[in-house]
Amino acid sequence: MDAPQPQPTAEITYGPPIAMLAELTHRCPLSCPYCSNPLELTGREGELSTEIWIDVFRQAAELGVLQLHLSGGEPASRRDLEDLITACRAHDLYSNLITSGIGLTEKRLTGLKERGLDHVQLSLQGVDAAMADMIGGYKGGYNRKMDVAKWTTALDLPLTLNAVVHEKNIDRLPETIDMAVSMGARRLEVATVQFHGWADKNRAALMPTREQAKLCGQRVAEARERLKGVLVIDYVPADHHADYPKPCMGGWGSTGLNIVPDGRVMPCHAAHTIPHLVFENVRDTPLADIWNHSSAFNAYRGFDWMPEPCKSCDRKTRDFGGCRCQAMAIAGDAAATDPVCIKSPLHAQLQAQAEADAHADGPLTYRKMPA
Amino acid sequence: MSIPETATPHLLSGVRTKYDKVRGNWVLLAPERAVKLDQIGVAILEETTGSCTFGNILDALSTKYNAPREQISGDVQKFLTSLIDRRMMEVRDVSV
Ligand code: SF4
Ligand code: SF4
Repeated sequence: MDAPQPQPTAEITYGPPIAMLAELTHRCPLSCPYCSNPLELTGREGELSTEIWIDVFRQAAELGVLQLHLSGGEPASRRDLEDLITACRAHDLYSNLITSGIGLTEKRLTGLKERGLDHVQLSLQGVDAAMADMIGGYKGGYNRKMDVAKWTTALDLPLTLNAVVHEKNIDRLPETIDMAVSMGARRLEVATVQFHGWADKNRAALMPTREQAKLCGQRVAEARERLKGVLVIDYVPADHHADYPKPCMGGWGSTGLNIVPDGRVMPCHAAHTIPHLVFENVRDTPLADIWNHSSAFNAYRGFDWMPEPCKSCDRKTRDFGGCRCQAMAIAGDAAATDPVCIKSPLHAQLQAQAEADAHADGPLTYRKMPA
Repeated sequence: MSIPETATPHLLSGVRTKYDKVRGNWVLLAPERAVKLDQIGVAILEETTGSCTFGNILDALSTKYNAPREQISGDVQKFLTSLIDRRMMEVRDVSV
């Protein structure tokens, strides 16, 4: 709780941000047990207005953002999504709608395309209605999603399928890949569940075994080769079974920023789990000032904040010491080496816990909006 | 797999170029990707109109830059193939 705030480094080398994730709302008809939204969700009354979002998009474009990811919750739950897409195009931002599909109709999607929507990223909870609706906690969700996929490709909008994989569905990866191809998706993201937020409550139910994770990796590699020029596959492996951490966000505060529904600006979507960080709000502070001067952004920028073993490790320019939020959650210190790393003193403990959770099972705790 | 001279490459929907004023260079924007373009990349994409064949593109570039066709062919092939592999571009009438 009272870890000292790392001193911002004197000389920080980072460019303008390339991508911005705009979490328009936390509202969502689904209630996935691994939702990356925080445990304390913001209600409709706390959300930024249309005008503020549009102004933030303008500021983002001026700052150098190229890609704007419209996410949530479910972004289609915002009735002003149309106006927001118009604003993306007006400021020449590449717009990516990250959606469960619920809340979209053929007419609405057609309208969004006419307003300049560039790309649709559709989440997939499972390869059949029974699995998908069980995980998403929303009956009929799967069938609607299949319709949305059809409309998307019929409109000649590029489609990415985003499949979060975990213990319960990871073995059905081959079907997921076949589905992406037959739908006409250009890209497939296979993302092993990340154990932050809601997913952390579901470790026993969702943690894949080491064998499952390994097979998944082999299948991805095989499919990438076989489907070259047909389907691009991006893969987030199960890091709890790995020896080295992921290069989280390509380095803290280096390429992207994230705005949560109430307007606070964060270096990553889980950064709110680091209690000593203070996040500025776009309601009060210009986006460029936040990007350049926010203590939260400067806290783990570059390499000077690193303690050993990262400090003298030659992998630091590749993985940036891993995930700060995972370090916070497991080591209790956000500046610590990501416990996924084999050089972390907590590595053995993390792996033992992952192994135990992988072989345990438990009920699913679904994401819940406050009453 | 190489692109035959008779094939017509075109950028897929949702893939577009933009001049990035902040960084002072051209970029190719695609789903989840922003690719920085150098001068050669920009020149190639200018000729990749969707109605010119690969052969036409080589002719145009060779005239414009006063470079022998054989000399540029490999690089252009490589550039276009990398976009095809990343699902940003497709070719019509491939005879392979
Ligand atoms: S993960 Fe599931 S519950 Fe969370 S926003 Fe996405 S679709 Fe909704
Ligand atoms: S010690 Fe730090 S920099 Fe080195 S591999 Fe581990 S996490 Fe990465």
